[in-house]
This record gives sequence, C-alpha cells and structure tokens, in this order.
Amino acid sequence: MNETMTGADMVVRALQDQGVEHIFGYPGGAVLPIYDALFHQEKVRHVLVRHEQGAVHSAEGYARSSGKVGCVLVTSGPGATNAVTGLTDALMDSVPLVCITGQVPTHLIGSDAFQECDTVGITRHCTKHNYLVKRIEDLPRVLHEAFYVATHGRPGPVVVDIPKDIQFASGTYERPRDNQHKTYRPRVKGDLESIRAAVKLMGEAKRPVFYTGGGVVNSGPEASILLRELVRLTGFPITSTLMGLGAYPASDKQFLGMLGMHGTYEANLAMNECDVMICVGARFDDRITGRLDAFAPHSRKIHIDIDPSSINKNVKVDVPIIGDCAHVLEDMVRLWRSSAPPLDTAALTEWWTSIEGWRGRNCLAYRNSKDIIKPQYALQRLEALTRGRDVYFTTEVGQHQMWAAQFLKFEEPNHWMTSGGLGTMGYGLPAAIGVQMAHPKALVIDVAGEASILMNMQEMSTAMQYRLPVKIFILNNQYMGMVRQWQELLHGGRYSESYSEALPDFVKLAEAYGGVGIRCDRPEELDAKIEEMISVDRPVIFDCRVDPAENCFPMIPSGKAHNEMLLGDAEADVDIGAVIDEAGKMLV
Amino acid sequence: MKSHYSDAPQAQPVARHTLAVLVDNEPGVLARISGMFSGRGYNIESLTVSETEHEQHRSRITIVTSGTAGVIEQIKAQLERLVPVHRVDDLTTHGEALERELALVKVVGRGDHRVEALRLAQAFGARTVDATLNSFIFEYTGTIDEVERFIKVMAEAGLVEVARTGIAALIRGSEGL
Ligand SMILES: Cc1ncc(C[n+]2csc(CCOP(=O)(O)OP(=O)(O)O)c2C)c(N)n1
Ligand SMILES: [Mg+2]
Repeated sequence: MNETMTGADMVVRALQDQGVEHIFGYPGGAVLPIYDALFHQEKVRHVLVRHEQGAVHSAEGYARSSGKVGCVLVTSGPGATNAVTGLTDALMDSVPLVCITGQVPTHLIGSDAFQECDTVGITRHCTKHNYLVKRIEDLPRVLHEAFYVATHGRPGPVVVDIPKDIQFASGTYERPRDNQHKTYRPRVKGDLESIRAAVKLMGEAKRPVFYTGGGVVNSGPEASILLRELVRLTGFPITSTLMGLGAYPASDKQFLGMLGMHGTYEANLAMNECDVMICVGARFDDRITGRLDAFAPHSRKIHIDIDPSSINKNVKVDVPIIGDCAHVLEDMVRLWRSSAPPLDTAALTEWWTSIEGWRGRNCLAYRNSKDIIKPQYALQRLEALTRGRDVYFTTEVGQHQMWAAQFLKFEEPNHWMTSGGLGTMGYGLPAAIGVQMAHPKALVIDVAGEASILMNMQEMSTAMQYRLPVKIFILNNQYMGMVRQWQELLHGGRYSESYSEALPDFVKLAEAYGGVGIRCDRPEELDAKIEEMISVDRPVIFDCRVDPAENCFPMIPSGKAHNEMLLGDAEADVDIGAVIDEAGKMLV
Repeated sequence: MKSHYSDAPQAQPVARHTLAVLVDNEPGVLARISGMFSGRGYNIESLTVSETEHEQHRSRITIVTSGTAGVIEQIKAQLERLVPVHRVDDLTTHGEALERELALVKVVGRGDHRVEALRLAQAFGARTVDATLNSFIFEYTGTIDEVERFIKVMAEAGLVEVARTGIAALIRGSEGL
C-alpha cells in the first residue's frame, strides 16, 4: 500500500517493516527529524549510547548473538566519524549492520557546512556498501535494499546517509514486495561437482582435519547443526578459529580447540600434518596460517566460502566451493551418506593416536599459585561457575581475550562475541550491552583487560540507563599485557608505555556509575566473589587482580611455523625473549 | 624474512589483462572501483568508462591492469564482490582482445617543420582535426602500442600536448559478453 509521509517517517517505517526492535544511536542536528519520528512510535526501541563507536559495537553484539541485523542511528560529521571504527570492525568480522547517518541538507553538501563530512567517501572502504540518498523517491528502496545487502552474501555493514532536507521532504512510501537488490545476487548453492570432488577427497583422507570459522556462525544455526552432523559422520578431528568458536561444541572429543597464534598444540599440529584440510567458512588469516610457506605443507585443501575473493587469496586451495556454509554442508552430508566412502580406518586410527599424543602435552597447563590469581585460573573458575547457565561472553582485546578463547568452553554458536579481524580494544562492553538487549534474561559477561575497558567505559551509563545487568570481568594485570608480552619477545623486555599507569579505582568507578564494584585479589576468594557477581542483578565491574607477569601460551612466535610453537611450561618459566631471531622482529 | 606475516612472494611472471566491467551507473561507482585498486595495491594502466546501456543505467568500464595470475584472479573476485558490479570479463582470456585508444595530439611549428609534421601524421593515417598557421591537432586511433609509437614520432615534430582516452576493448568474433 502506498502512503505519503516524510523521509524521517519512512526511515522509522522501513525499520518497522524490517522487524527491527532495537536501534542503537546518538542524536544530533542532522538526524533530529528521525529522532522526532521515533518519538511518535513504540515498535522500534532506541538505545541511547554514550559514544557512537559504542552504538556500532552494541549493534554488532546484538546481531552476532541474535542472528538479526544490528541497527545504528548517528548524526552527521562527528557522529559518522565516531562510528567508523565500529563499521570497520563489522566489515572485518562480517557482521550484518544497517547504519543510518544524518547528513547536511543536499544544497550544502560540499560546502564544508557545520558538521559536514564526506560520510560515503569516508565509509566506502569500511562498509560492504553505502548510499547517499539525494532524492526522496529513492529513500524507501534504498532503506530496504540496505537490509538486503547487509544480510545476503557475506554479511557486512551498510551505511545509508540521509541529508536533512530529505528527512523533511514528503514522498510516497511503499514496502517493496520482494526485497532485493536489482542485480546483487550472491551465490548460496555450491557447485555440486566440486562438492562431489570434496567428498571424494575426504573419503580418501588419511590425516584429515576440519578447519572452521566465523562463516559457519554467520550462516545461521542450521549450519552449525549440519557441521556437527558431518563431523560426527566422518569421525574427523575439528578445530576452529577465534570467530568460529561455539559452532562445534567445545566439550566434544573430536574438537581440538582453537587454532592459530594462540591456538592449542594439538590443533596447530593437526593442521601442520594433515593431508586433507576441510576449511569451512574461514579465510586463512595470517593469525591462523603462521608462515605461509610452511602452512600445512602436505595437505590438499577444500575451501567453502560465500565470498569468492576469499578463495586463493592467501592460500591456494585444491577444491574451492563458493556458497553458503549451510547449503554446502547440507549437500556434503547427503553425498557423504549416499556415497558411504570406505574409509582408511587404519590410517585414521593412527592419525587419532598422533593427535591424542599431542593432546597429552596438555598445552594449556599453567603453574597455578596460592598467593596470586593466575588469569587462566580466574577464567577456569568463571567457566565452571557459569556452566549450564544461559551465558554469553564478549571480550576486549589482548591476553585476556586469548585466554578467554582458550579457557571458556562454547557449546553453542552465537554465544561468543569478540573482535577478531580488527582486534578493537573497547569492543567488549558495548557489545555486551547489545547482547543483553537481545537476551534480557541471559547472563552476559565481558571478559576485559584494565586497559581495553577504559576505551569505552562510558557505556556503563548506557547499561545503567536500560538496567542491563552486564558483568565486566576485568583481568587486571596492570599492563597492556599483550603489548608487554610482545615487548618481552621482540624488544628486550623494554616495556615502553605498556604499563597501565594511573588506573581508576574500578570499584569506586562502578559505584560512581550506580553499578556494583567487586574486587578480588586472593585465589581463595575468587569463587565466592564470582558467585556474588552472578547473583547481582545490576551492572557489575569485577576488578580481578591477576599476576601481572603471566604470558599467554601456546604461541607461534614471529618467523615460526605451526610445528615450532612455544609452549608455556607449567614447570619452568620460558624465556620468550630468546626464541626469536632478528629477522622475525621486523614484523609483528 | 622470517615473520608471523608471510614473506613477500617470490617474483612471478606479470601479465597485462584487459577487464570489461559492467556496472550500475550510480554515483560513486567509479570511486568504489578505483578505490578498490588503490586500497589493495593493484595497478591501473588504463581506465575508461561510459554509459553503454542508457535505459538500464549501465556503464562499461574497461580497465587495463597487470599482475601475476594470482593477483589478476583476486582483482576479478574483488571487483565482483562490489555491490553495483554485475559482471567482470577478462578479455585477455578470450584470446587477443580488440583494443583501441584514441589520442589527440597538438603539434606546433612553422614552415618545413609544420609540413613535416603533417606528412608524418598522414603516413600514420592520423586525421587532421584542427589547423592554424602554426599548429595542428591530429586525431589518431590504434592499439596502445601504435598510439605510443605515433606520439613518439610526433615528439620529434613539435608535439606540445597530448590527450588520450584510454582503452576501449571487445573480444573478437561473433560472441558477445
Ligand atoms: C584500539 C586499539 N588500540 C591498540 C591496540 C593494540 N593492543 C592490542 S592488545 C593491547 C593491550 C590490551 O591491554 P589490556 O586491555 O589490559 O589487556 P591484556 O592484554 O592486559 O589482557 C593493545 C594496546 C588495539 N588492539 N586496539
Ligand atoms: Mg591488562
């Protein structure tokens, strides 16, 4: 049905028609008409953040934990530029977002008007696609198209920049019947011949491994179910990237843990030694492959990805399959069942024996202490005390993030939100707010570092305002620990600017915001205080004072291959400064 | 160099490719394409763009680029994932593409010099599109190499200014894209 309305009303109506329930934003001159339109309705609930970067990360947390599109509304100029980090983060991690930005009136565009910036120019490289809407006639189509583009193919952020005069202008709104883009049609079904070739290769494998990533999570819950089915049918081992954790249950014995720079010994060695690699929705990132010339040297590789540009980008593969994970996995499961390949069980048994040997190395072991809380111990306790609950974790970026990935156990997809591709400090708290908004009853915990948390600390106010009882669990090691670890490794232990000087009193800070502060510096008090944190129905900042000197292992240092990883020695302290050569110090 | 980042790849043979890119003619589409090339560090040797299907607002962009086989494959994939791009055709894989470029060349001179310039241009089959008592503008169409050669010769004959269109290209034969 056609209706006449203003551009601002069209924005709100399009959001409603897309089923949007929450939008994260911050007002300003160039979006006031849209804020006015929001005022007159109740279907779309606006969440007022305290910084536009926070709005985008919140929308990311919301999207990743719910499978819906995350929505953002910000003003022109500084509103838009503040959103850029979040948009880049969403692009790198393929999170579907629609971000509406206000713009100065069309006749002032290009005149350096107050709070004007070239939003489409600035965000061209950090969005999947963006639009500047200069005619009211285009607005309804563009709004709906934005949702289509954000969610189809490889998901990503889309910006719709709307000048203020267009928001005031009146036009005809019509909801498109079949919402799509006039030409953009990403392929979802994989080529059946290639899938057949993949199944054949898998059937002949002697040392196979599944290497899965965020694409499985992005593809939707169905993909995880199919992945589990295929992995169980084949009996092959499986490892996951940081972004893919939860797609396959961590507790399952076929799961080798995370791979990559801080991945497990067994996962990285399995990758190194495999003869058939089945990559599902992952992209051979440099944190995963280590040295490319030594990456899985004896393997033939199958790569399932919805984005053709991911194929052969970093690593040449033998069987590329372009398509959506769920669609391709479905075909694979069916073909595997119908072809019932006679497996080389002797070789596979031997393979598992090797893997069990590596697993027996117990690479995540650390030397615990009675006097000081080890960060790993804190996370183990956090994991144990939240097990079985409806719990979601987000993280900031640093050592704590890697420890969280190693020690928390994810059984289901969409329960783990972390900034992988961009590695954005300050992601975790706003993301947790987005998660809590989508799952009001769940327990939402941001595993944080004392440095990262200060980057978007202001979002505590948002949590208070909307009574979102997020828990900020700070592993406070008084250092930018990850930076310190690299300085130890590469720069002779000269800790240039990596000490967290002049930290706030986090307990008082929590109280200043109206939340609850808890401090813990004794291992024996940890359990009771974690229980207390969980039981509080308000935002909590938990200042967990941990060993400032702990390093994150295992680690594949610069210049090394998967089979040259450094193991944290539970018995002796490792002198990590001694293991890297001059050339390796050139690059991080 | 040993590093967690991969080493720079060994030098591999680089080839020139001509790509025909069919796009929606919408604002910013050219910026998206040229930005993709600069952002990812690819070369553009020549780029031409014009609306070719007015009704459907489609433009054809012809890009001449060079790179290793892997880079060319990436360029095509990266172009294809841009939302307003419909299709990308590598004309070079269809065999030798038919390529033409137009150049306008202004030469200045008097007397014998001027006559010599005209004679040379005629020998190349260039058209004279402007003339004054002391100058000519020649229009010359040919492959990149032919245009280069023409310009080189004209440089000896009083060349003062050149404007080139960049490449327009089609695959040979009855087949259309
Ligand atoms: C916005 C941003 N700036 C800088 C960095 C580089 N960086 C990576 S980890 C890190 C230190 C993080 O310290 P903290 O939050 O205390 O975590 P820890 O490593 O101590 O667990 C820094 C500065 C980054 N990832 N993001
Ligand atoms: Mg720290």
